[in-house]
Amino acid sequence: MVAEQRELRDDALNGLQLSTRMESIWRTPSGFSGALMSVDHKVVGRRYIVTAFAFLLLGGLLAVLMRVQLAKPESTFLSADKYNQIFTMHGSTMMFLFAVPVMEAFAVYLVPLMVGTRNIAFPRLNAFSYWMFLFGGCFLWISFALNVGPDVGWFAYVPLSSLQYTPTKRPDVWAQMITFTEVAALAVSVEIVVTVFKQRAPGMTLDRIPLFVWAMLVTSFLVMFAMPSIMVASTSLILDRLVNTRFYDSSSGGHPLLWQHLFWFFGHPEVYIIFIPGTGMVSAILATFARRPVVGYPVVILSLIATGFLSFGLWVHHMFVTGLPQLGAGLFTASSMLIAVPSGLQIFCWLATLWDGRPVYRTPLLFVIGFIVIFVMGGLSGVMVASVPIDTQVHDTYFVVAHFHYVLIGGAVFPLIGAVYYWFPKITGRMLSERLGRWNFWLAFVGFNVAFFPMHILGLIGMPRRVYTYTADMDWAHLNLLSSGGALIFALSFALLLANVIHSLRNGALAGDNPWDASTLEWATSSPPPPQNFDRIPVVKHRDPLWFDNESLPVVAGLSAERREVLLTSLAEAEPQIREASPEPSIWPLLTAIATTVFFIGSIFTPWAVLWGTPPMAVALIGWFWPAGHKEDEE
Amino acid sequence: MRQTIVRNVGDLPTYGYGPQSGPWWGAMGFMALEGMGFALAIGAYLYLYAVNPTWPIGATPPDLWPGTAEVIIYLLSIIPNEMTNRAAHRQDLARVRTGLIVMSLIGIALLVLRGFEFAHLNTRWDNSAYGSIVWLILGLHTTHLVTDLGDTVVLTVLMFTLHAKPRRFSDVTDNVFYWNFVVLAWLPLYALLDWVPRL
Amino acid sequence: MPVRMRTALVPFATLPLAACAGRQSALDPQGLQSNQILQTLFIFLIVAAVIWTAVVVVLCIGLLRRKRHADQPLALHQGFERTSGYVVFGLGLVTLIIVLGLSIVSYAGQRTVFAKDEHALTLKIIGHQWWWEIRYEDDSPHQSFVTANEIRIPTGQPVKVELESADVIHSFWVPSLTGKMDLITGQKNELQFTAKNPGVYRGQCAEFCGLQHAHMAFAVLALPPDEYGRWRDHENQSATSPTDTLGKQGEQLFRARGCALCHTIRGTLAGGQLGPDLTHVGSRTTIAAGTLPMSSATLGAWIADPQHIKPGSNMPKMPLQSGELIAMIHYLEQLK
Repeated sequence: MVAEQRELRDDALNGLQLSTRMESIWRTPSGFSGALMSVDHKVVGRRYIVTAFAFLLLGGLLAVLMRVQLAKPESTFLSADKYNQIFTMHGSTMMFLFAVPVMEAFAVYLVPLMVGTRNIAFPRLNAFSYWMFLFGGCFLWISFALNVGPDVGWFAYVPLSSLQYTPTKRPDVWAQMITFTEVAALAVSVEIVVTVFKQRAPGMTLDRIPLFVWAMLVTSFLVMFAMPSIMVASTSLILDRLVNTRFYDSSSGGHPLLWQHLFWFFGHPEVYIIFIPGTGMVSAILATFARRPVVGYPVVILSLIATGFLSFGLWVHHMFVTGLPQLGAGLFTASSMLIAVPSGLQIFCWLATLWDGRPVYRTPLLFVIGFIVIFVMGGLSGVMVASVPIDTQVHDTYFVVAHFHYVLIGGAVFPLIGAVYYWFPKITGRMLSERLGRWNFWLAFVGFNVAFFPMHILGLIGMPRRVYTYTADMDWAHLNLLSSGGALIFALSFALLLANVIHSLRNGALAGDNPWDASTLEWATSSPPPPQNFDRIPVVKHRDPLWFDNESLPVVAGLSAERREVLLTSLAEAEPQIREASPEPSIWPLLTAIATTVFFIGSIFTPWAVLWGTPPMAVALIGWFWPAGHKEDEE
Repeated sequence: MRQTIVRNVGDLPTYGYGPQSGPWWGAMGFMALEGMGFALAIGAYLYLYAVNPTWPIGATPPDLWPGTAEVIIYLLSIIPNEMTNRAAHRQDLARVRTGLIVMSLIGIALLVLRGFEFAHLNTRWDNSAYGSIVWLILGLHTTHLVTDLGDTVVLTVLMFTLHAKPRRFSDVTDNVFYWNFVVLAWLPLYALLDWVPRL
Repeated sequence: MPVRMRTALVPFATLPLAACAGRQSALDPQGLQSNQILQTLFIFLIVAAVIWTAVVVVLCIGLLRRKRHADQPLALHQGFERTSGYVVFGLGLVTLIIVLGLSIVSYAGQRTVFAKDEHALTLKIIGHQWWWEIRYEDDSPHQSFVTANEIRIPTGQPVKVELESADVIHSFWVPSLTGKMDLITGQKNELQFTAKNPGVYRGQCAEFCGLQHAHMAFAVLALPPDEYGRWRDHENQSATSPTDTLGKQGEQLFRARGCALCHTIRGTLAGGQLGPDLTHVGSRTTIAAGTLPMSSATLGAWIADPQHIKPGSNMPKMPLQSGELIAMIHYLEQLK
């Protein structure tokens, strides 16, 4: 019997020795190959955020082009074909390449820090997810640059998107981009669920989980149950176009409405996948800048869960004018309006928080206030479109365009920009300029409303969506010009954000650990956090740990100081259970992503891609999972 | 911030079984989303069934024998599967190796049987929406069968190498767990594909 | 035709003509259904305005009111926590009641809007990329005819349109009269509406249907019933043969230059089914599905180069000499 030499643990070291040791274990190797192999959630999260914002800027440029075209009647700035590609790319980019990924990205970066662990669950899957997102987005945009970008709308209704009416490869590019981004999103959602369920700091019982983390947990479940729908839909579309299946072909037993049901069963939860993280950001920011915890913690959580469930029962409201039975449609009116109740409850809790709190007017709070004003208006126009008779007039008009921009920009983008100002110090170690921040906010608020409010009216006075031009005698010209003016101001606000970020990366004031005196665990470590996040895993005794005790942080000791280890705790009580080994940097996620990309892109050109595309993927996956002979694999 | 050590977790184990392990939850997550995919495919089938006056379209109801034989074999396979599970919990390497070989062979047999089922299908994928949805559903399940078989084979090989260490038994239990999902998923799909056309 | 002549016609084609397009606004209801919808909308608007204002007011008061002094985030008063709990719960209840109330208001409106009248005048409309085929059907085949892009209906009478599509999904929307309904391939949809007042109402396709979705409009002319009756009888008749030389030349060119391959002019040998029926094209208010107002100049510009006006539309550019174009325009204009 050999008495096993006990490895070095983190209780044997202290202070600088400990942090240096932990850093050397957890850091990503330097250099380009190190960057390709990183499995650090912070590295992957930062990349995800930057890439998603790059797509926001690209999608925003497309919007500016659209607004220039529509600023005057019968404009020849863009041809019909170009405009149709551009509005398709705008919607697809914003929905699939920006809105969902950016929320996931913030979750990837923040959730492990907020729950007090060292890395996200399944770190290599996380890296893989980023590559799939990047490759899918590039695939779409390179295709667009090569004039094979989709032109059938972000929702690609059949029969227009079927081979008969669009014989080009354009809809296939769109459909496969979906597959890339859905794989990425599904991977992240599983990681978030497991991180929140199993890797919370000891003592972080369910009722001590931060509201942002709750929001991301609910969102992850929505992703898991909604995204398979569009996977089935887009795969079936590719099959119809590639090998002549008849899912949507009404001459052979298929039906165009099958597409709409499958698409919107995904499409409605999708907007909550975008909105719910926004509410999580609002809760986090509001608590810090109202200087008190959010009122009604259990109400907010139950509202999040209720919103999540209800969101699966609304999808038919996108199909009110397709000739459905009237009673069914009426029920979907009721359910679509019902979701205003949990959303409203959250807003009431936030208002109560502000009522009692002491507002500190920094940029993050400004964006939260802007969110309340804009989102509530969007929600109310949503209640209007939920009504079947009203919807028969405003469906597919600029009224709906106004509605969803109010809820998406108000409900997700404003909180997101607030979140950028709020967490930039944590991610980079520097503060963004408060002065530029105020200009950013006001330009965004004014620009947004000038751009989108007139669209309510345009829709009511008869302007349909997705039209590349309109005639001069329609009386729409003035409102369109006003809207385009507002759009330019709104676009300017993003230029300002970009300038603020670039300037502050070099010249911003140093942030320190907790510049906002916030309460959650990510502020208990340095800015930016060290690779290991925390030298020792924290222990949580209160819902707002850093307000409860801002001088000392209770921690557990005993984790390895020789290899990567995270602490798994029990689901409800967060009792420590297992010291689980965490993967080292690895090239296999990238290789698997490349193999998968070849498979996906090949399979829109030939079904045989399934045959020759599978072996490389299998090899990559085996390489990924084959034990590398590290000590932790051999126990 | 000052750190105050309140507890030492040094004696905790480094791997666990079932809900104690991270990968178990990951597998649950994947089963949830894949199960949802199956549910939606079933929903699409029932939608097409509802909007078409005749069903199947351009075909007679499918042959019962391949699907039924599969059901029997799937259900029977739970026995060696569970035996492997228990052996893995006991960390009995020899039994686990045998069990994994048996499960690999069963997987291959089922794959061959699935091949027969495809070859004898009552319809082609491009015949009609009925053919399309049948091939899609069968194809989806076959993908799960193939990936699970791949996972099982790799694990089998692993258990014969130097890497057959205790934590690997946890991986075996996850693999066993996933097989149950593949079996369970087949039951409603079989009922749908083989019996709904006979209604 | 010579480039110069074509180019000269284009400015005529793009001159906006005063107010001939017709009304196209949900805020200007001229039909039973659109009127009901607007009333429902007003109720919702008022409720929405009140709620939004209340939220903004509470927000402002909340931000501006005096607070407790010390910055101690966890120093909460149980009194406030409890009261706010009740208030939030109460507001939630109020939201629920309002939502249920609005659902009921909506459903009531829905029932009125979708009410079916058995004695409705029935039209069948088939959507094409990018024009509307309109079939007036009657029990007697002699009273049934086909036209395109323009509907005339009697005022005060329920009209039922049966909607189908020949290709992709379109949507029939004439907001001054009623809400929209999609034309879905493989499915028959129905929409009923009643025009209250005579007038010209513009409609537009409201479901993205491809390249020229933006140029797929139509006109609904509501006429007093006797005027409608006269129009219908007239429209039912075949095209009158031209009596003048230029007209005869135009009629002959229509067949010789291939127009008859796609278009029908009843009473002649032109029997093509791919494009709009042109039997009474001269009496229509617009050309190319609402793209241009009807006039000699626009007719000429359209025929001379349809791809310039509606790029991607299915009408090819036909080679015509300038004299031939004039004859063609003249012939079509008098097909009233």
